Amino acid sequence: MSDQPEIAVTNLNFYYAGNVHALKNINLPIRKNAITALIGPSGCGKTTLLRCFNRMHDLYPKNRYEGEIHFQGKNILAPDTDLIDLRSRIGMVFQKPTPFPMSVFDNVAYGLKLKGVKKRSDISEKVEKALHHAALWNEVKDKLNSSAYDLSGGQQQRLVIARALAVNPEALLFDEPTSALDPISTAKIEELTQTLKKEITIIVVTHNMQQAARISDWTGFLMLGEMIEFDETQKMFTTPSVKLTEDYITGRFG
Amino acid sequence: MTIVQRRKIRGVMAMTLSALAALFGLFWLGFILGDVLVKGFSALNLDLFFNDPAPAGDEGGGLKNAFVGQLLITLFATLIGVPIGILGGTFLAEYGKGRTISRIIGVLADIMVSVPSIVIGTFVYALMVKPLGHFSGWAGAIALAIIMIPVVVRTTEDMLSMVPWSQREAAFALGAPYYKVITQVVYRGAASGILTGIILSIARVAGETAPLLFTSFNNAYYSVNMNEPVSSLTVTIFQYAMGPYDNWHAQAWAAAFVITVFVLALTIAGRLVIKWRYR
Repeated sequence: MSDQPEIAVTNLNFYYAGNVHALKNINLPIRKNAITALIGPSGCGKTTLLRCFNRMHDLYPKNRYEGEIHFQGKNILAPDTDLIDLRSRIGMVFQKPTPFPMSVFDNVAYGLKLKGVKKRSDISEKVEKALHHAALWNEVKDKLNSSAYDLSGGQQQRLVIARALAVNPEALLFDEPTSALDPISTAKIEELTQTLKKEITIIVVTHNMQQAARISDWTGFLMLGEMIEFDETQKMFTTPSVKLTEDYITGRFG
Repeated sequence: MTIVQRRKIRGVMAMTLSALAALFGLFWLGFILGDVLVKGFSALNLDLFFNDPAPAGDEGGGLKNAFVGQLLITLFATLIGVPIGILGGTFLAEYGKGRTISRIIGVLADIMVSVPSIVIGTFVYALMVKPLGHFSGWAGAIALAIIMIPVVVRTTEDMLSMVPWSQREAAFALGAPYYKVITQVVYRGAASGILTGIILSIARVAGETAPLLFTSFNNAYYSVNMNEPVSSLTVTIFQYAMGPYDNWHAQAWAAAFVITVFVLALTIAGRLVIKWRYR
């Protein structure tokens, strides 16, 4: 752990409205161009933690953060953070595919238009690049103008990834991206994460421990809002240093 | 008699009564529609649409003034009522979601839907006609718009609420500000539902007479000036049906036919949009 982490979480506490203490004193370094997996039983706070990185909790009143998350050296929990800018730099992919009610092309172009890209040729070029990037181009190149709802679930999820990639984010947050998908689509998306990490930093929440072991470089194990253990994935899944981690990974509970 | 037999008899009785009640309602509906369609259709002719009214008591003439007036009043009512209704519904479903103020507005909108339309007519009379000193097409359009607003507010709110939150979150996660999330993503998802609400609200006001009696009143001459009294089909029907001349009665039937078919067509169109959306 010599170099400076891309994202550094320091003493993070998070409270949902009504003072529910969901994250307790989390410390976590997220490495650049690596995949960090967050695992743990349901309700442990892994999704809550993920949604701190793009400040999604701000959408709902009375949620409260304490502590700091430094992204490229700047505290994104600071009140003066420009959330629109932050969210275009740290993209998010949700559990269920969330295509917008528009064409395949317009879905991918949406973020670009938000960013103010106006030139038609620029948009087309970036949309095509993003679809290639998300390994979807060959499947949709002939139906760019049909509704995104006509795609299969797996294609929709890759479309959503393409939409997030189109704006050139520096990091991507995946919230159980394959839990609603079949094994073939899951494999495609897992493969995709391996090519994506060459360029961007990835944090993935997953219920599936095999998935975490397969795709991630680092793993954090959370329970009841606390970070029980954080280490390199390989070490975590072979010789965890905490008994609780071992019990969870080997399926003794959870 | 056993308990089971008694229950069966009660069940048959309940079913018979409710079927009879339904038939009773349907009978009158069919009767009215049939009467209007048959008598109205036989009184239809092209002159009706292209000629001004003949002097009282004379044969011939048409109701061009009423058709055009009705379209004008309905058009302006829609132009006034729909944007306000959609914005109001957007507040309830989005910005004001869960707040006390939006619950109050929601309840008020529900009450307004059931306020007798003549009350709205007299309200606009007191607000506009009396101070300005004359009836006008604008007053009629505003009265109808007031009737439309709560209908559009409620359907817009319902339709926006049906768009899943995950979709809004996805747009937020791309860095969209709230107004863009609403206008570019949520409205698209709810478009056909909102359109249905608009169509049904137009159908709702197109057949109104009472609010127009006190506002746009009537005009025996062709006029497209919304600052003057403007004729409408419904008020014309009221006037002609009460009048002493046979050709007035015939024209009233024809006008009733046209407005009924218009409202029916709108309602059916609205239903079709719903069906097409949620098939």
